[in-house]
Amino acid sequence: MPLVELRHLSKHFQRDSQVIAVFDDIDLDVPEGSFTALMGPSGSGKSTLLNLVAGLDRPTSGTVVVAGAEVSAMGPGALADWRARHVGFVFQSYNLLPVLTAAQNVELPLLLTRLSKAERREHVATALGVVGLADRAAHFPRQLSGGQEQRVAIARALVSDPTVVLLDEPTGQLDAHSAAEILELLQRLNREFHKTILMVTHDPHAAQAAGTVLHLDKGVLTA
Amino acid sequence: MKIPLVYNLRSALRRPVSSAMTALGVAFVVGVFIAMLALAHGFRMALVKTGSPDNVLVLRKGTDSELASGISRNEANIIAALPEIATGPDGQPLVSPEVFVPVSLEAAGGGGDRLVVARGVTAQAFAVRRTIRIVEGRRFAPGQDEVIIGTAIAPRLAHSAVGDSIRFGGRAWLVAGHFSAGGSVFESEVWGENEQLMPVLRGEFFQVVAFRLKSPGLFPEVRAALDQDPRLQVDAHRESEFYAAQSAALQTILSFLAVFITSIMAIGAIFGALNTMYAAVASRTGEIGVLLTLGFKPRSVMASFLAESVAIALVGGLVGCLVAIPINGVVTSTTNWSSFSMLAFHFLVTPGILAAGLLFAAVMGLVGGYFPARRASRMPVVQALR
Amino acid sequence: MKYFPLVWANLTRHKRRTVLTTLSVALALFLFASLRSVVTTLRASADVGSETRMVVQSAKGIVFFLPQSYRERLQAVPGVRAVTWADWFGGVYQDPKNFFAQFAVDPESYLDVYRGDMSLPADQRAAFIQERTACVVGRSLMEKFGWHLGQTITLQGTIFTGDWPLTIRGVYRSLQPSFPEDALLLHYDYAYERNRTWMEPGWYVLELSDPGLAPQVAAAIDRMFKNSSDPTKTGTEQAFNTSFVTMWGNVSFLMDTIGMAVVFAILLVAANSMMLSARERTNEVGVLKTVGFGDRLLFGLVMAEAGTIAASGAILGLGAAKALFHAIHFTAMGFLPGFDVTAGTLALGVGIAALLAAASGLVPAAAAARLSPVQALRHVE
Repeated sequence: MPLVELRHLSKHFQRDSQVIAVFDDIDLDVPEGSFTALMGPSGSGKSTLLNLVAGLDRPTSGTVVVAGAEVSAMGPGALADWRARHVGFVFQSYNLLPVLTAAQNVELPLLLTRLSKAERREHVATALGVVGLADRAAHFPRQLSGGQEQRVAIARALVSDPTVVLLDEPTGQLDAHSAAEILELLQRLNREFHKTILMVTHDPHAAQAAGTVLHLDKGVLTA
Repeated sequence: MKIPLVYNLRSALRRPVSSAMTALGVAFVVGVFIAMLALAHGFRMALVKTGSPDNVLVLRKGTDSELASGISRNEANIIAALPEIATGPDGQPLVSPEVFVPVSLEAAGGGGDRLVVARGVTAQAFAVRRTIRIVEGRRFAPGQDEVIIGTAIAPRLAHSAVGDSIRFGGRAWLVAGHFSAGGSVFESEVWGENEQLMPVLRGEFFQVVAFRLKSPGLFPEVRAALDQDPRLQVDAHRESEFYAAQSAALQTILSFLAVFITSIMAIGAIFGALNTMYAAVASRTGEIGVLLTLGFKPRSVMASFLAESVAIALVGGLVGCLVAIPINGVVTSTTNWSSFSMLAFHFLVTPGILAAGLLFAAVMGLVGGYFPARRASRMPVVQALR
Repeated sequence: MKYFPLVWANLTRHKRRTVLTTLSVALALFLFASLRSVVTTLRASADVGSETRMVVQSAKGIVFFLPQSYRERLQAVPGVRAVTWADWFGGVYQDPKNFFAQFAVDPESYLDVYRGDMSLPADQRAAFIQERTACVVGRSLMEKFGWHLGQTITLQGTIFTGDWPLTIRGVYRSLQPSFPEDALLLHYDYAYERNRTWMEPGWYVLELSDPGLAPQVAAAIDRMFKNSSDPTKTGTEQAFNTSFVTMWGNVSFLMDTIGMAVVFAILLVAANSMMLSARERTNEVGVLKTVGFGDRLLFGLVMAEAGTIAASGAILGLGAAKALFHAIHFTAMGFLPGFDVTAGTLALGVGIAALLAAASGLVPAAAAARLSPVQALRHVE
């Protein structure tokens, strides 16, 4: 059973009176435990596709099913809960809250659970350990390099043990060295922790780190 | 509240100047609010403290002010014979016939003349009006042209020091002492002996007869008895109610002023808070997007920004309270229109007033933060992340 | 001003913020104008009083009467053209809350002395004078209670006990803005009838032949009665009215203090708003400078923005104050007759608005002027 199933997925945007079709009638299966990269030129809709998988957006038609749950049919309240439990999302611009420390940033998703303070602290420590930043727990984002910030973001995405990890251009703002570190981390997460990863990128180098590469161009998805 | 408060507090500190200015705006409003309430409260307290429920004031029928009243000696004697009147330790009934007249006295600092109440009393007055204490000097001696002056009014009059002489009614009067009266209106009066003052002032009439009841519950009988007595043309008033009623008019004016002024100021402060919070939300759309992505509900986001707004406002409220507290005890004066004479009283800041000020601040924060917070919560996730 | 479209564009970029800030300024100036006007009105009512009139009261205090016999002696004082007198009647019309001034007067001499302030048709004047139980009422009082000519109203006396039915035979209009139109005049003799044993004039009003004689006349009168059992205190009518104003306490201090607090609070709001806008536009400033706009021009643009907000707020707030109080004939239940927002107050208000513009715009304007384009363009908010 694939972890993520997209069936006849379409997304259109309305700009003034014009209807722009981003993509139409896409089918996709993402197997559990896979590391998939989704590539395509800018404007091709790959980020939009990712948002649909994450339940951040609704398709114009078609279905999105993640781990057996029909995400595309959920109401906004249910989606929020679902996202908290099943999705780890990493942004291109890290999007850490600047006024919280690394540990506090990583803790955020856990605040939505019933874990006690001690349990939360434990999970945070583990997550930061996995990304190799245990010693930076009390630092603020401004005190971290770009690569370190992104690693904190990944720790935040992992801390609640999500079903799927989604990344939108994770290395887009990083230099070559940091980018390589991140990709290595992702590979480890996939190999050792069996995390299912779907990564959007326009960097062929980043795509190489993944096990499967898909292309989205002019609304057509190809392997 | 799922989103940690520390996020909001620190975010507010990230825009220190903006947050501080908003807080300061609230502080000003709260400060003025507290000051005006303290003014009204102090005035009211001076009058409320003056009366006790077991004292009765008898005035001429139809008047509700000592000023316009006139009771003859004959009537005073009839009143003094009432069985419900308590007796003092010396066996004498606690009855005090008094002359009450506003006289023109020279104000301190060359400010012209002021009208001040001169009250002619007998020795019994000190027993009936329990709160009188001589704080400096002594009581006026019987048969002499001597007076004592209340502590609230003494600093505002010329030649009012103990041992000095003040002039009124065409005569000079030695200031034998100063007296306090538990913060009541008597502290704004000049007291002298009945027999000395009567001939100089208004002649052979008293303005009021005050007496102590054996028990407060006897008032209705006393009032009926005096009303039905054909020899008398008088009305009885419970002392506590009498003075409380006097404060009503000025109270209304002060309350109206307080509400009018602070409401308008509050609207201005709320506008300030609105601006600040809208700007905060606008500059943190990315953070809002993250929170929503992570699964925090929109209402948590709304609560979060509301809390931020309230926190800023409360800080302002606190500052406003601190700034206003020193006004407590400051003495000011105005005219008690019921007696047409000067009444000195203090600003009175109570914990209740401070609490009201803080509550007011919180409300301003709530109102000012509501729409921006709602906007933050309504932001579509995808748009926020862009 | 060819740059005005730019200023306007900036102001309308965040319409809501601009509107809120402008309204705050308007509110503050409205409040300021209201508070100040209380002070100016009180001062004006103290200034009321024709220069040719003087008031003689008992030196013992306002509540003491003066002998009837003083009338002739006062008339004989050189410089005194006419003498009249009055008593504060202090009656109650139905409910103590319906407070208004009532004076027991000598009709002919009183109307004569006040002819420059009270306008009364000749026939009503005659009717009032010849009927002992008649009264004359000010126009706004008539309107307030909906009375009509010929109606009989009853006052419950407090100082002069009993019921006093009075027939309205005249309605007067005031000829001076600060002269109250809400008083009632009745015959002194009507009250005296029932109170012969103790009633006497409360105060005398004199009309001088020459206002310059006021000091001598006052001195002469007070000297004349100094050692009698009823010494007098004589002063101009203005001084008499002022003494009532000061009875309120230090009103101007209170109003000015509050006014200052108000202005400061709003200054914060305005300055905050300007700063918020400035911060968001750093990038833009960089672009403009790259295009060739000079430092001084940018300074001017920001100040112009602050100025526009302040000016709009001033017009709104001050204008509203002036119009509103005029339209509702506000007199604070008679305590502040002739309440008006004077030109002086308006001018002060404009001055404050200018100060507001300068203070709120200065820091952002200076910052914009000093900003280097490169820095600005790199800036990410």
